[in-house]
Amino acid sequence: MKETKSYLSKTVEELKPSGIRRFFDLAAGMEGVISLGVGEPDFITPWSVREAAILSLEQGYTSYTANAGLMELREEIADYMQKSFGVSYSPQSEIVVTVGASQALDISLRAILDSGDEVIVVEPSFVSYVPLVTLAGGVPVQVQTLKENGFKILPEQLENAITSRTKVIILCSPNNPTGTMLSGDELNAIAKIAERYDLLVLSDEIYAELAYDDEYTSFAAIGEMKKRTILISGFSKGFAMTGWRLGFICAPEEISQAMLKIHQYAMMCAPTMAQFAALEALKTGRSDVEDMKKSYKRRRNYFVQSLNELGLTCHMPGGAFYAFPSIESTGLTSEEFAEKLLLEEKVAVVPGNIFGESGEGHVRCSYATSMELLQEAIKRISHFVKQNPKA
Amino acid sequence: MKLTEKQIEVLEILENNSARIPVEDIAKMAQLSVAETETTLDKLEEMKVLVRFNSVIDWSKVDGHEGVTAMIDVKVAPKRGVGFDEVAQRIYRFKEVRSVYLMSGAYDLSVIIEGRSMNEVARFVSEKLSTLDSVLSTTTHFILKKYKHDGTIFEQNEDDKRIVVSP
Repeated sequence: MKETKSYLSKTVEELKPSGIRRFFDLAAGMEGVISLGVGEPDFITPWSVREAAILSLEQGYTSYTANAGLMELREEIADYMQKSFGVSYSPQSEIVVTVGASQALDISLRAILDSGDEVIVVEPSFVSYVPLVTLAGGVPVQVQTLKENGFKILPEQLENAITSRTKVIILCSPNNPTGTMLSGDELNAIAKIAERYDLLVLSDEIYAELAYDDEYTSFAAIGEMKKRTILISGFSKGFAMTGWRLGFICAPEEISQAMLKIHQYAMMCAPTMAQFAALEALKTGRSDVEDMKKSYKRRRNYFVQSLNELGLTCHMPGGAFYAFPSIESTGLTSEEFAEKLLLEEKVAVVPGNIFGESGEGHVRCSYATSMELLQEAIKRISHFVKQNPKA
Repeated sequence: MKLTEKQIEVLEILENNSARIPVEDIAKMAQLSVAETETTLDKLEEMKVLVRFNSVIDWSKVDGHEGVTAMIDVKVAPKRGVGFDEVAQRIYRFKEVRSVYLMSGAYDLSVIIEGRSMNEVARFVSEKLSTLDSVLSTTTHFILKKYKHDGTIFEQNEDDKRIVVSP
């Protein structure tokens, strides 16, 4: 027999494991760690939603649903998209319910990419974009944003990255890890470029519910963009439902149906009880979302101002629940900072370089943690910063 | 569990006077200056919108401070001109009384009493409450266990179940 390793696909073998995993391993054995390293709400799924899932089990809804998801859920999603973001989608042909936004991303890319097609990824970016593009046979083209611009992509940067092979731009606003939210005008500028170069835009709107200062604009709601937008969203972040793994895609019919082909062969359908939970979330969970959002906003204000007072300069993130402070004042690299902070003060943050080269010099801190823990984390970070003045 | 007198004193201060969060942190959360926050708090208090800073304490866990809470349904004869207000006032002025509500339905006033022992509550009901002129009848319900109080769930396992680092 050959060496086991030699059976692996070259693409997978060359794929780098997520840098987040190393920090998970490092922190896993430690006690008393305050974690600012989590990309998920600290709230538990609202009880009414959990109740609905329990009821669905009691009533025996334990079989498959339609591949694209329960029709009732798709109708509710269509209604939600219309009322919240002003975009109309057909529940019959333009919405696919997926196993989290992660699967939505995967099948979106697999449905549109041919070998060698280029995909523009605006970084710092969510850790999955680049590997998923590669796995789908595409070529990721990373465009770095600057902290001076609040980690916003400039139209000229975008245009410079476009080649004849470019097929799609991946956008995430509000962004993981920077919390940066693009305004309607900024999205408009990107829309014009997408039109000029005839590109698709994969708009990851998983944090749309968590926009704190300005009204949220969905990319699909801009001008004629609906026809060239693959909109990805889900219930994980806004509705505090990460473990349910329930997401959805809204896209023009031809693209949705192509994704559905992959989805039906690879996944059949999303878990039924999670779909019932999601249905309840849309029907009655909006006030819970509002409460959670208020709480995140207050914590953001507290946390970001406190970081700035410590000399860890941080722009005010417009959405999501991440602060992305600069740690350059300490003279440490982001990996060194995160590792030392964890070992010396037991505060877990994620090094910025994991999200792309432009994240170097920063760390991602999630403020989806109780105020008491945030206050304690600030105390510990303050102590750490004093112990580590720049040499 | 056994707490020291000092600890109990701190709990009592918290229960009656202040919340734990420093004004500086309130200021940051609300994106105000500290001075603004203080002025706002003062103003709210002056307007009696902010009535009291309260802490919810599960006294059942503290030896010697378990106490007894009873909810008493009271039927009263309202008086011309003052309705239920006069008798309600006579009742809520007793220090044992934590809350008084005018109710619709089978009885008129819902009175919540806290005492050190069942005996103390019983004595209050029989000697003070029932003997008031307007009071026609009382039905006393002792609270056996508090699951949730003022929006706070007691005995909730609030451990963070999330893994330490996630995407």
